[in-house]
Amino acid sequence: MDLTIFLFLLQDGLTNGAIYALLGLALVLVFSVTRVILIPQGEFVAFGGLAFALLSTGKVPSLIYVSLGTSLAALALDLWHLRGSWQGASLMRAVAWRMALPVITALATLALAGPHTLLLINALLALGMVAPLGPGIYRIAFEPLAEASVLTLLITAVGVHLALEGLGLLIFGAEGFRAPPLSSAQIAAGPLTISGQSVAIFAVTALVMLALWQVFSRTLTGKALRATAINRTGARLVGISATRAGAQAFGIAAAIGALSGVLIAPVTTLYYDTGFIIGLKGFVAAILGALTSFPLTVLAAGAVGLAESLTAFFASDFKDIVVFSLILPVLLLRSLRHARAEDEE
Amino acid sequence: MSEPILTLQNASVSYGAVEAVHGVSLSVRPGEIFTVIGANGAGKTTLLNAIMGLLPLRGTATFQGRAINDLSIEQRVAAGMALVAESRELFGAMSVLDNLRLGAWTRRGHADGDDLEAVFARFPRLKERRDQRADTMSGGERQMLAIGRALMSRPKLLMLDEPSLGLAPRIVSDIFKVIDTLRLQGTAVLLIEQNARAALAAAQHAAVMELGNFTSQGPAAVIAADPGIISSYLGLH
Amino acid sequence: MTRLSNTTLALTAAAVILLAPLVPGVPAYLFDLFDNIGLAALVATGLVLLTGVGRLTSFGQAAFCGIGAYATGLLTTKFGWSPWATLPMALVASGLVSFVLGAFTARLSGHFLPLGTIAWGLSLALLLGSFAYTGAHSGIGAIPPLRIGTVALLQPRQIYAVIWACVLMAVGLCHNLLQSRFGRSVRLLRQSAMAAAAFGIHPARVKLFIFVFAAMLAGLSGWLFAHDQRAINPTSFGIDAGIRYLFMAVVGGGGYIWGGVAGAAFVLILKDVLEQVLPLVSANPTQIEEICFGIILVALLQVAPDGLWPLLARLRPAPAPEVPPLAPGPPPPLAAATRSGAPVEMLRLVGLGRKFGGLSAVDNVDFALRSGEIVGLIGPNGAGKSTTFNMISGALPPSSGEIWLKGQRIDRRKPQAIAGLGLARTFQHVKLVPDMSVLENVALGGHLAGTAGPLHAMARLERREEAALLAEARAQSLRVGLGGVIDKPVGTLALGQQRLVEVARALCNNPDVLLLDEPAAGLRLFEKQALAALLRDLRAEGRAILLVEHDMGFVMELTDHIIVLEFGRKIAEGAPDVIRASKDVIRAYLGAEA
Repeated sequence: MDLTIFLFLLQDGLTNGAIYALLGLALVLVFSVTRVILIPQGEFVAFGGLAFALLSTGKVPSLIYVSLGTSLAALALDLWHLRGSWQGASLMRAVAWRMALPVITALATLALAGPHTLLLINALLALGMVAPLGPGIYRIAFEPLAEASVLTLLITAVGVHLALEGLGLLIFGAEGFRAPPLSSAQIAAGPLTISGQSVAIFAVTALVMLALWQVFSRTLTGKALRATAINRTGARLVGISATRAGAQAFGIAAAIGALSGVLIAPVTTLYYDTGFIIGLKGFVAAILGALTSFPLTVLAAGAVGLAESLTAFFASDFKDIVVFSLILPVLLLRSLRHARAEDEE
Repeated sequence: MSEPILTLQNASVSYGAVEAVHGVSLSVRPGEIFTVIGANGAGKTTLLNAIMGLLPLRGTATFQGRAINDLSIEQRVAAGMALVAESRELFGAMSVLDNLRLGAWTRRGHADGDDLEAVFARFPRLKERRDQRADTMSGGERQMLAIGRALMSRPKLLMLDEPSLGLAPRIVSDIFKVIDTLRLQGTAVLLIEQNARAALAAAQHAAVMELGNFTSQGPAAVIAADPGIISSYLGLH
Repeated sequence: MTRLSNTTLALTAAAVILLAPLVPGVPAYLFDLFDNIGLAALVATGLVLLTGVGRLTSFGQAAFCGIGAYATGLLTTKFGWSPWATLPMALVASGLVSFVLGAFTARLSGHFLPLGTIAWGLSLALLLGSFAYTGAHSGIGAIPPLRIGTVALLQPRQIYAVIWACVLMAVGLCHNLLQSRFGRSVRLLRQSAMAAAAFGIHPARVKLFIFVFAAMLAGLSGWLFAHDQRAINPTSFGIDAGIRYLFMAVVGGGGYIWGGVAGAAFVLILKDVLEQVLPLVSANPTQIEEICFGIILVALLQVAPDGLWPLLARLRPAPAPEVPPLAPGPPPPLAAATRSGAPVEMLRLVGLGRKFGGLSAVDNVDFALRSGEIVGLIGPNGAGKSTTFNMISGALPPSSGEIWLKGQRIDRRKPQAIAGLGLARTFQHVKLVPDMSVLENVALGGHLAGTAGPLHAMARLERREEAALLAEARAQSLRVGLGGVIDKPVGTLALGQQRLVEVARALCNNPDVLLLDEPAAGLRLFEKQALAALLRDLRAEGRAILLVEHDMGFVMELTDHIIVLEFGRKIAEGAPDVIRASKDVIRAYLGAEA
């Protein structure tokens, strides 16, 4: 292996690592706020990427109807919960909060979709379709189980994953798609050619992380979400609604998932079920970050991406084996360090 | 005498499969400290958690004349109830200032500067440490922060679960002074304490809880003079 | 229903299940379905033990099926072994691999374990698919069928009885295991590793055993699968399959012996029904099937978060509780006789300290405890009493100082070893198994008195020892006054009674030194008097008792000597009268007088 190849692998690994970092962050956020291990994260990635790819061919993804349907079902549950105290204003607010984004996205998609639509608009439309799925799914599947065990929540997440994967097959079919790159530039830097898409991925990832960091450290809403993650009881005591925080976390996760899908759709052929393994690697990064620490998660994600691209070069059949086996010693170390604290619930 | 702000009638609370509080009744008035004393495991914390909405409560509970059984915790905080839990429940990895700001969460969108200044005036130590992480503070400072955070929501009823727990006597007396000032300013206080002597000295009204029941209830001075109470809770004399 | 009917019911059910193939007219495809249910139920039953009872979540069970299946696949096709001869090899192979993996991963705590299982769950199927030797992606074909005598079990109807005999055996073994010394320790471990260690249970060993056992059930399922299908490939043993098995166990009811069977049946029958119905209503049946399947499972968990089995169990009358027979003859004698004689020093703390971060929770504490003595340890909440208990019992290593128990230095020893030296404790925040009866909880205290391992339990070879253990537990339950509630689940008792269960559990270890953390909290007056009388009896037997208690009347009346802690330091020590008069103590304990 010469330097050029190494640098190429490095670039490839870090690009993937950036995506895993985003997904890992979303998983950490969702888990620490709601105790749900978000297996369906992978479907958000696949849906976002596939919708983006489909939009770039000028077609209208039927995902808009899934998005509308999920939001309607969640709205129905909201209204059922509020029954007896229906008032004009609160009713309007409930409808607007659930339906605004999916309806606007659906209308905009029907109006704007075409072979020559700007990639940026397509990307935004794809995001707008997937993001409402997060809060909708949270309302339907997880909010009623707020007191359930982590295991029950996990299995529920698997159920959601199966349902969404079936939906994915139904609306996108079994064939794979690839989207045009956001940037097709090639930058020569010494022995290395950097693709514009890699730069785009890094730039967007960095921007999203910066934005998240700003939200969590500067805005009261972001702090409230962080507070829920740090101490759920404490958050309830100051009046932060756990269900609202849960919906927000799911919304952010769905948006991040869709964004990751949009970013990788030009570099990987996506199938309806590709998301699962990508999500799983984000999960590896998240677990290595102990499901609570954001900086550790980002570091771990970089390591996962690197390990993956290096083994892909040497022994591509064993790529996933190596990625998932490498973590065992790390897990063991972490686990030994945590063993003492385990009993003090 | 003013109208009660919090009234419980025949309130019961279950914890898992076991009923831990059996049909207790009480009323707390503005400008009054009501203390519930009793041994560990008597059901005091369970009662307080249920009033705040962390556990379901059977029976009648009214706050400012309005039934609160079906209100969420969020709605209870917005209505003017606040609980300082025994374990403080601070946001450890966040700064003192952020903890306080989040205390005003139910009034978000309104200025909280005056409330912050008021808390800092009451607890100057918090002002000195405003940028420090909550989990690096001492026990006494944490208790101050927990009370300060509760005050940020402008509570009309402040509930305190064992505020003296693990604190040095001097800090305990400081905290009791603050509680008394709040009372004089019109806040209703519901106080749970193991430190029976300090609690009875501070309170106007008291109830003794044993095995989930109130075994006696009345003016704090009367309870404090009860020979039975003296032997079980002030028993060193 | 009488007690008899419980066993009869089980036997009848077993006979009905196993004789079903003799019923004429049942279509073959139904037996195919039943076979698949049985194969999945084997794996799911292992998961009930591992995940439902032991709280160790595994996504990787399908990998162990794969090991069982490939073991027999390779041995029969490449080496010409007979299928029956490969059964032990399949079991040994899955057992060995799981032992190695378990030695690593079963130690993982919390969320690390599921990830570890995902890691090898994924890796194994990928490995099998990567080697030409194992047939790569196309796997192994032409695996010979099982034979009984000269009859080859080629039809679903024929292998059915073999599969379900295995399922019934697996459920039976799990049942026996859970109703034993070992089973109780699994349940306590899930509740609190600290309490388990305090009674001599080694968490790592217990976890490893149920891990290997669950893997061997999966290996058995894989072995049967290979001879049922007679062709195998890696896709059956991937992470998807692993997730599906976990799904079945949870949906069926992870906490219940029959949960695995119920879950396997529900999931596979639902799939079958969907496969039959959906083509009639939709042009895209396969896609719709997965969607419906996901939605139904999510909906089911909303209705039954604890799984299906508790719902099903409600439909039939509650069985009489299994009352274990009392051991014949007199209960085993207590070792009280050895303690008589002049008081000797049992426990000594020398300069004991413990820091948390920068904070000193316990600081330079010295005291001693002699046989036939009750010493009170008092002080305000947060004074360091529970931390002191935790250090003495080995749950928490001291930062400084020494602890001596019966002349041996123990401050670096494990809780299990300290319990073995004759020390037992109770916990301030009760650490009991709420869904186990008082008797079973108390019997946990006698863990060290028993020797029977899980294998004995599964084969019911430990019934004599079990009866003796339960007799001792019964005696101790009666001794603390819990005779009336002995068969009730502990979770339904009042807190005060739960504390007495803790006391009885500690007594079951026949301790020379007894640490009691607020045993009287939540007791009524007459119950307190009874407890005081019991403690006096224990003292008269020569036991040494260290008592933390807030009820001053109780402490003053009962103790020979009192130690007062404040902010981790010993501020006074002496006879009750001396303590009662100490100004320092009054100030510390009752707070500052204004």
